[in-house]
Amino acid sequence: MGVGIEVSELNAWYGSNHTLQNINLRIPANHATALIGPSGCGKSTFVRCLNRMHETNPVGRVTGSVLIGQLDIYTQASPVEIRRRVGMVFQRPNPFPTMSIYDNVASGLRLNGYRNRVVLDEVVQRSLEQAALWEEVKDDLKKKSGASLSGGQQQRLCIARALAVDPEVMLMDEPASALDPVSTAKIEDLIFQLKSQYTIVIVTHNMQQAARVAENTGFFLNGRLVEFDATHKIFTNPRDKRTEDYITGRFG
Amino acid sequence: MAARELRAPRRLRSSNRIRRMLANHLATTAAVASTILVMAPLVAIFFYLLYKGASSLNLAFFTRPPAPVGETGGGMGNAILGSAILLGIASALGVPIGIAAGIYVAEFGRGGRLANTIRFTADVLNGVPSIVMGVSVYALIVLPQKHFSAFSGGVALGIMMIPTITRTTEEMLLMVPLSVREAALGLGVPRWRSVLSITLRTASPGVITGCMLAFARVAGETAPLLFTAFGNQFWSTSINQPIAALPLQIFVYATSPYDDWHRLAWAGSLVLILLIVVSVGLVRYVAGRGVLRGAS
Repeated sequence: MGVGIEVSELNAWYGSNHTLQNINLRIPANHATALIGPSGCGKSTFVRCLNRMHETNPVGRVTGSVLIGQLDIYTQASPVEIRRRVGMVFQRPNPFPTMSIYDNVASGLRLNGYRNRVVLDEVVQRSLEQAALWEEVKDDLKKKSGASLSGGQQQRLCIARALAVDPEVMLMDEPASALDPVSTAKIEDLIFQLKSQYTIVIVTHNMQQAARVAENTGFFLNGRLVEFDATHKIFTNPRDKRTEDYITGRFG
Repeated sequence: MAARELRAPRRLRSSNRIRRMLANHLATTAAVASTILVMAPLVAIFFYLLYKGASSLNLAFFTRPPAPVGETGGGMGNAILGSAILLGIASALGVPIGIAAGIYVAEFGRGGRLANTIRFTADVLNGVPSIVMGVSVYALIVLPQKHFSAFSGGVALGIMMIPTITRTTEEMLLMVPLSVREAALGLGVPRWRSVLSITLRTASPGVITGCMLAFARVAGETAPLLFTAFGNQFWSTSINQPIAALPLQIFVYATSPYDDWHRLAWAGSLVLILLIVVSVGLVRYVAGRGVLRGAS
């Protein structure tokens, strides 16, 4: 089951560059939440703060608090524990190139010490089914490398890999921006189905995509959260002038 | 002005096509010629060794120790075994230390003072003449132990393997894309685990190549063994005794005044090169067996 996310007073820096400024936001459980905004507005940095990936950058720094469920991820847990509970799908498909399809999906569990074959088999099949990839790869699971799949298949493989460790939250950083329209539609269908079980946060450049998959949408600009509301309100009746300018295509 | 602009493309089309074809053929010829130049020495050496050494190769060569001067027959069986033992000790020492140092420099200490010191040391160590390595190990191990030994020879060769392996491991790890590292971290995999199981595994073809380069280089070294392994006319498998090695045996035989021994030296050189080719090929085959369809 997914859990809600509560962000308060979040600030993030790259070196001396203040990338995120005073973000306050409540992301409801078991919904999809879209984050939109022009390039460089901080939305990617924001999702990377939700699983403590931002601090893997040598010059990255974060202050403020992020509650995932009841857990304050910056004070009450290690980054490694957090990332098991908060899965992430990246902009470019990044399967492990030397691993088979099966090993890619099983990697999260295996690298954390699970060895039971029966359980692994089950998890791999269930995750690939959830990611709508099972039918396409079930005959080549251990024969083919993850890197041999098409771009769209690779991205669904990455989604399956993230699902296999059974996270509560899924972060997606422009998961379809490197894909063709057909693959994009498949990923969107997937998000639609997954949000009954997971809390999904999706960064997107594509406003139609936000409108299609997300109940709530946040608009970022220059490191600040300008507006956060139900998606239909953001797109039909935004409160802020800057939001309106952005979604009507006046800049960005 | 306008007329020139119009005429220029037409001229380009006709005369440039010939020029481009010429340039193309010229470049191709140059590339092929360079390839032949690169391969010529190796092929020449190999065939000359075959010509000089193949006739002395027989079963006895592989199974017998050297015969005393004046007697015919005898072989280099003990030297082949000795080389295998020496290289085994060297690899057991050089490969793990070299790879571990490479991992530290590329992953954990990147940009730090210790990492830069290791990199600098490795580069200097790479340039240390092999005879100096032999003398140093002589002073460090042979003198305190008061006897020559296979162990000291293996250590000398192992130290020579380290810098090459460290530097290639570092280079290969740095080539693994950030996206692959982030994928592992994003799954909640601890850093050390992701470095060993993901980054190092992704870089493994290059790392193995580095190890093979180091191996092939020290397999033919004579100088570091002169003061350490020393050589031995008899069978020995003890790491505490002086031991024979192919390059040493070749050195001794080739500088001897006997025709018989010269022929054995040629055969030994041929066997040494074949052994290097076979072991490099074997490691490549074993390492390549696990590669999947479509793996990049």
